[in-house]
Amino acid sequence: MSVHLPVLQVVVPLLAAPLCAFLRNARAAAIVAVLASWTALAIALSLLGDVMSAGVISYAIGDWAPPIGIEYRVDIVNAWVLVIVATIASAVAPYMITSVEDEVERRRIPLFYAAYLLCLCGLLGIAITGDVFNVFVFLEISSLSAYALIAMGTRRRALTAAFRYLIMGSVGATFIVIGIGLLYVMTGSLNMADLAVLLPEVWDSRTVKVAYGFLGVGFCLKLALFPLHLWLPNAYAFAPSSVTAFMASTATKVAVYMLLRFFLTIFGAPFSFGVMALDRVLLPLALVAIVSMSLVAIFQVDVKRLLAYSSVAQIGYMILGLSFASVTGLTATLLHLFNHALMKGALFMALGCVVYRIGSVHIDAMAGLGRRMPFTMAAFVVGGLSLVGVPLTVGFVSKWFLILGALERGWWPVAVIVLLTSVLALVYVWRVVEAAYFRPYEGDEGDEGAGEAPWSLLAPTWVLVGANLYFGMNAVRTAQVAERAAEVLMTGVGP
Amino acid sequence: MLWLSLAVPVVGAAAIVLLRQSPNAREAASLVTAGALFTIVLQVYAAVSEGGRPSVVLAEPIPGIPLALEAEPLGVLFALVASFLWIVTTMYSIGYMRGHHEKNQTRFYLFFAFAIASVMGVAFAGNLFTLFVFYELLSLTTFPLVTHAGTDKAKRAGRVYLGILFGTSIAFQLLAIVWTYAITGTLDFQDGGILNGRAAGAVVPVLLGLYVFGIGKAAVMPFHRWLPAAMVAPTPVSALLHAVAVVKAGVFAVLKVAVYVFGIDFLGASGASVWLMWVAAATIILGSLVAFTKDNLKARLAYSTVSQLSYVVLGAMLANSWGVIGSGMHIAMHAFGKITLFFCAGAIMVAAHKSEVSQLGGLGRKMPVTFAAFFIGTLSIVGLPPTGGSWSKWFLGLGSLEAGQVGLVAVLMVSSLLSLAYLMEIPLKGFFGKAEAEVGGHEGHMHQPGGHDDDGDHGRHGEDSHDAHGHYHRAPAWSLVAIVTTAAACLALFLYPEPFYRLMSMVAGP
Repeated sequence: MSVHLPVLQVVVPLLAAPLCAFLRNARAAAIVAVLASWTALAIALSLLGDVMSAGVISYAIGDWAPPIGIEYRVDIVNAWVLVIVATIASAVAPYMITSVEDEVERRRIPLFYAAYLLCLCGLLGIAITGDVFNVFVFLEISSLSAYALIAMGTRRRALTAAFRYLIMGSVGATFIVIGIGLLYVMTGSLNMADLAVLLPEVWDSRTVKVAYGFLGVGFCLKLALFPLHLWLPNAYAFAPSSVTAFMASTATKVAVYMLLRFFLTIFGAPFSFGVMALDRVLLPLALVAIVSMSLVAIFQVDVKRLLAYSSVAQIGYMILGLSFASVTGLTATLLHLFNHALMKGALFMALGCVVYRIGSVHIDAMAGLGRRMPFTMAAFVVGGLSLVGVPLTVGFVSKWFLILGALERGWWPVAVIVLLTSVLALVYVWRVVEAAYFRPYEGDEGDEGAGEAPWSLLAPTWVLVGANLYFGMNAVRTAQVAERAAEVLMTGVGP
Repeated sequence: MLWLSLAVPVVGAAAIVLLRQSPNAREAASLVTAGALFTIVLQVYAAVSEGGRPSVVLAEPIPGIPLALEAEPLGVLFALVASFLWIVTTMYSIGYMRGHHEKNQTRFYLFFAFAIASVMGVAFAGNLFTLFVFYELLSLTTFPLVTHAGTDKAKRAGRVYLGILFGTSIAFQLLAIVWTYAITGTLDFQDGGILNGRAAGAVVPVLLGLYVFGIGKAAVMPFHRWLPAAMVAPTPVSALLHAVAVVKAGVFAVLKVAVYVFGIDFLGASGASVWLMWVAAATIILGSLVAFTKDNLKARLAYSTVSQLSYVVLGAMLANSWGVIGSGMHIAMHAFGKITLFFCAGAIMVAAHKSEVSQLGGLGRKMPVTFAAFFIGTLSIVGLPPTGGSWSKWFLGLGSLEAGQVGLVAVLMVSSLLSLAYLMEIPLKGFFGKAEAEVGGHEGHMHQPGGHDDDGDHGRHGEDSHDAHGHYHRAPAWSLVAIVTTAAACLALFLYPEPFYRLMSMVAGP
């Protein structure tokens, strides 16, 4: 059984999805979704354990030997990403039960869960597969289901947001598939490990460089790197709360993983940094993303949008780590994948609690909530501090490695920018805190709607908040995994 | 044993919340906690003065950089001062908070306990990372105390407070810490400094500057604005935190960085600290000058604190044994002197509802104990015998001469004169000035012009103040006990400065 774990990682949510659709009962579908998410986490953790102790796991689908058949190849890098995605899924799925009942039309709920599970399946699939075309297939599965999920938002503008995301996402996917096609033309292979061996022979060809460019633009669209981020704020702002929490913590992370996997494992670090100057291309983009999006976030009045812009800035930090072209920098990137998932998950879930009670996340509507929803707002404060990078939260750990990476390269102005933008993060988090704690409640005092959120929403939120604190105080393990994964990426294909 | 210094205040905080229904039990819990903490610190002192270095690792957030406590003489000195004064301040607060009819007293005592726990963490931090963590915690836990009044003014002040303290610590201090780590591969405090021999050239003065300005709690200009802003807090907070614990945490951190991260020999030899000496000197003079212009008593004391803090920074930047000894002793001496002054200011506010210097005429004849204590505190701040303050000034002077900076000796002299002038005005006015009632007629306890924006204390006048009608009613007994204690300590420290001197000479033997 445990031999088949790699394929089960994808198959469990894939089969659970139609099951949800057939059940036609909201509660039953919810239970299936929760169980499938938890199973996925168990599998991901056990895969990570195996990879840490025994090295790379290769699984041939249908026993067709690679490079002809599709290979699932788990090394420490994607085992890490699987754990990130599955962790968030496991926390968000139980949260969905209450949140979705409130925000989605009742008859659509089973379909909602089906779409969610397909999205999860797609994200896990992208991470686990060792076949580049398979990446594209799973990318489409996850993207299409994501468009559907976003469109289920309560406001009609969710439809335009989803449509816009669909257009941009499809452009991105097309770029990626063109890149993959060009690679296939040059090498005749779609297997990642195989490509990594074959590509150095054709490094010089213009086709490979063009493929690199297409892939780069495609990935950057998917991971919402400035200036290709325009789809993101609206998509996050108008999606149902639980979908925002899930997508914000997983979808862009998996896109970052794709970028790392293609450019470092398949093309190889020497080609990316030596020939294509990836570091010099990404560095300015990352810096502009961090600074400009943090500034934009400060002026948002819709707190969901505020956090969405902050996400674009945070993605900048991840790409910044990559642009250092060093093990420390990549460690920072990989750590921030996990850490940012934890903090944004917690923050968006706390906002979901607010939406559940007062139906809005406008900053004025949140006035005085500190007293009326103490646990929700406390969760927001911890998540916010983590976003700022206060010590003893996960945000600090990422910042630490990021600044260390910058100083190792001797780029101290970059370190200064990272620190100054933390102050900007403090400003935009503080605006919300100030509204919630220092402004009087504006609704009717006797209004029952503005009490504390139900525990079914609070418990999952606080699980992620607790994770923010736990992994902030005890980052030895996560840092070890991230560092080993970074070494694997820098040295190319492992044994 | 060390971890108890963190655990005791936290347990005390829990007790405070549990006993919130009964103010007497709650305050008793505060006092017991304060006493227990001081006992623990005395134990640590005993161990350290015998040459021990007790230490404990709490967690390991980043591989190789633990959250660790380690007691060394400088930290013990700071912990002794802070934990002893916490006892006194708790007594004082009981009188003040009740006499002033403050709201949300449980929250007040709760965050006070948390703040003290953070102070202990700063004092016993075993490495730069731990220092940074507790430094930030201290900013966070004192924020609810600063904004205690809940008025718009308090909120604005709170924003300035957190903005400057967080901003400088994240933008400069954290950068300096990571930079130090990138250079040395360690963040542990070590005798002789960890940068010694590992860094050279222009990096050293820049790095030192990042530390000095990054430690915003040291209030070196131009990052001093948070300190006067924080004066909206209730007076016990201003007294313990913004005259002692928080600001001393800042200068203590500067001193600790100078001694254990750079090493005074290395700092002296490299000359990296010269430019910061003059920054500190400028802060000393400018702070005093601004204090002159302030009519609000607490604001005047705040700027006096800004000025005095830079004495400690100056001592650290002198980078020789006399300077460091003077600097460390000034942490203790200024603490006792300034807390006395703040206690007096609070007592005047509770008893007579006066907050401006110009309103104090003749009040000394009605509150002789308070004004006498203020007089003693003033002597100590100025550095005149027979008070403890004279010792730290003495050593700082010696240090300046040894560093060959005669100009700095002049700065010390001028600033002493300035502080004498702006502080002595208060007891003089109190004892010899004309009472306001005689001057202004019937105004009495009603709001004086300019009194409106001071502390938000209007409308909280106790019922009995109506009987008094513009005249004072006695300062609360608890508060008087506290005032007499600290004033007596100022005098005692002139005769027995020895424990502090011994600790400091363990840090930097001449």
